[in-house]
Amino acid sequence: MRSVLLDLKNVTFDYILEDKQSLRAVNGLSLQVEEGEYIALIGPNGSGKSTLARLLNALIIPLSGEVKVDGYATKVEEHRWEIRRRVGMVFQNPDNQIVATTVQEDVAFGLENLGIETSEILKRITEALDRVGLRAYAEHAPHLLSGGQKQRLAIAGVIAMRPRCLVLDEPTAMLDPRGRKEVLDTIHSMNRQENITVVHITHFMEEALQADRVIVMNRGEIAAMGKPETIFNGSTDLHLLGLEVPPIPRLAEMLRAQGLTIPMNVLGADDLVSYLCSSK
Amino acid sequence: MRSLTLGHYLPGDSLLHRMDPRVKLVSLLILITALFVIETFLGFVLFGSFVFLVFLSTRLPWQYFFRGLRPVFFIVLITLVLHFLFTKGGQVYIRWGPLTVEEAGIYLGSFMTLRLMLLVTTTVMITLTTSPIAFADGIEYLLRPFRRIGVPGHEIAMMMTIALRFIPTLMEEGEKIRKAQMARGADFETGNIFRRARNMVPLLVPLFVSAFRRADELAVAMEARCYRGGQGRTRLRELQTRPLDYCGLTTVTAILVFIIVTGV
Repeated sequence: MRSVLLDLKNVTFDYILEDKQSLRAVNGLSLQVEEGEYIALIGPNGSGKSTLARLLNALIIPLSGEVKVDGYATKVEEHRWEIRRRVGMVFQNPDNQIVATTVQEDVAFGLENLGIETSEILKRITEALDRVGLRAYAEHAPHLLSGGQKQRLAIAGVIAMRPRCLVLDEPTAMLDPRGRKEVLDTIHSMNRQENITVVHITHFMEEALQADRVIVMNRGEIAAMGKPETIFNGSTDLHLLGLEVPPIPRLAEMLRAQGLTIPMNVLGADDLVSYLCSSK
Repeated sequence: MRSLTLGHYLPGDSLLHRMDPRVKLVSLLILITALFVIETFLGFVLFGSFVFLVFLSTRLPWQYFFRGLRPVFFIVLITLVLHFLFTKGGQVYIRWGPLTVEEAGIYLGSFMTLRLMLLVTTTVMITLTTSPIAFADGIEYLLRPFRRIGVPGHEIAMMMTIALRFIPTLMEEGEKIRKAQMARGADFETGNIFRRARNMVPLLVPLFVSAFRRADELAVAMEARCYRGGQGRTRLRELQTRPLDYCGLTTVTAILVFIIVTGV
């Protein structure tokens, strides 16, 4: 039994609009995430995904209900730094989260904020840059990096702080296919090798296929939740939420309708090919 | 754009390059003070040769020493002309209608011009040999004592760093917007200066909007990475003063004392 790292109880959050009206972004949401889990968070625009992400590291505080990270409640002001040290965030735009003028100084930024000693900072920079494969770029200026490299730098800046959990808000949305693959590989290896909990918000359904658990959000609530094979097997009305079932599960579904028996856990192209070839 | 950066940093490995930025800033202040107490032309000659020798020791192309003067050329020229025409006293050299050029004017004019030129070259020499980041660090440290009276030293340094980080990003974006507007028929190249300034509006408005959005996102990202101001922060690059720095500081102090005592 793994321990619970993120614990949300009946969380509600409103945005105040210009005309003093409020917009409910998250509505009575409860969720528990275990240590080491890989969560994919999907849902249409405005469904509250990003709000949920910001609630997880005390960037915003719930209007009612409670968010607890590793036992620390986000609404207690003194806990905020402990929480942010445990939950690292990576945002969508790679440019707007890099602070310093060289790669290694940007990795150092979070560590400097934590008041860590210089010798330890140097050690952790090397470690973090090794983990994301940017060691050779330590002295480079960030604007010379590609989109995928910038996003990996953002991840390095976060993991250098040794967080327990990574929250990624559409980290691949602005990247080309190659950059996307680089970043996804990095996220997966963090999850598998360092047992870092991952909450990955994405618009790309294929990215959600590799998660331990998929959460579908709609109108600030959890519309569906479960393993990728149950979410994408046709039982959830994803298209009603404007979401598309990824091609391979959709193909498997069509083949099932034609009388083939394809196991539910076949989600990737490779799996499907090898299954079809072996079943002949 | 490049011409705007007065004294663009040129990396190198000379003694001056390796000096602590704090010491360089303090030394610069001392040298500027010295410039203002110099009373004779001999003083300027001595001072100028000192600065020029130091500049040569950096092994940067010597033309840069004078290139730094280009942006202030007009100010220098105007100073000279105004003094020549309007400072009166002593022998009259040229009389041209109501205008006269007199001895005091020539003396004071060349004096002020020399002072101004040396002021600029000395400053440029320091900026050419100090990376902007080191500068920001030095300023942050030197402003620390003034924190109590409300001088935000850390914030100023942080702003300088972020500005440096985003200059290339915003220039790239500006170029993109320029091309996008040109594709829609915008004209940035013809017309007089006023028309051209007005035509810049469709370029500047989107650029500013985007810069504000960037600033907003960056602030959130910084907060998410535990940023809470300068309090309790450590630095990756700790500034260090070495014997070399004390030598430099001693030299410039000696120059100041020498000028005051001898009255050159």
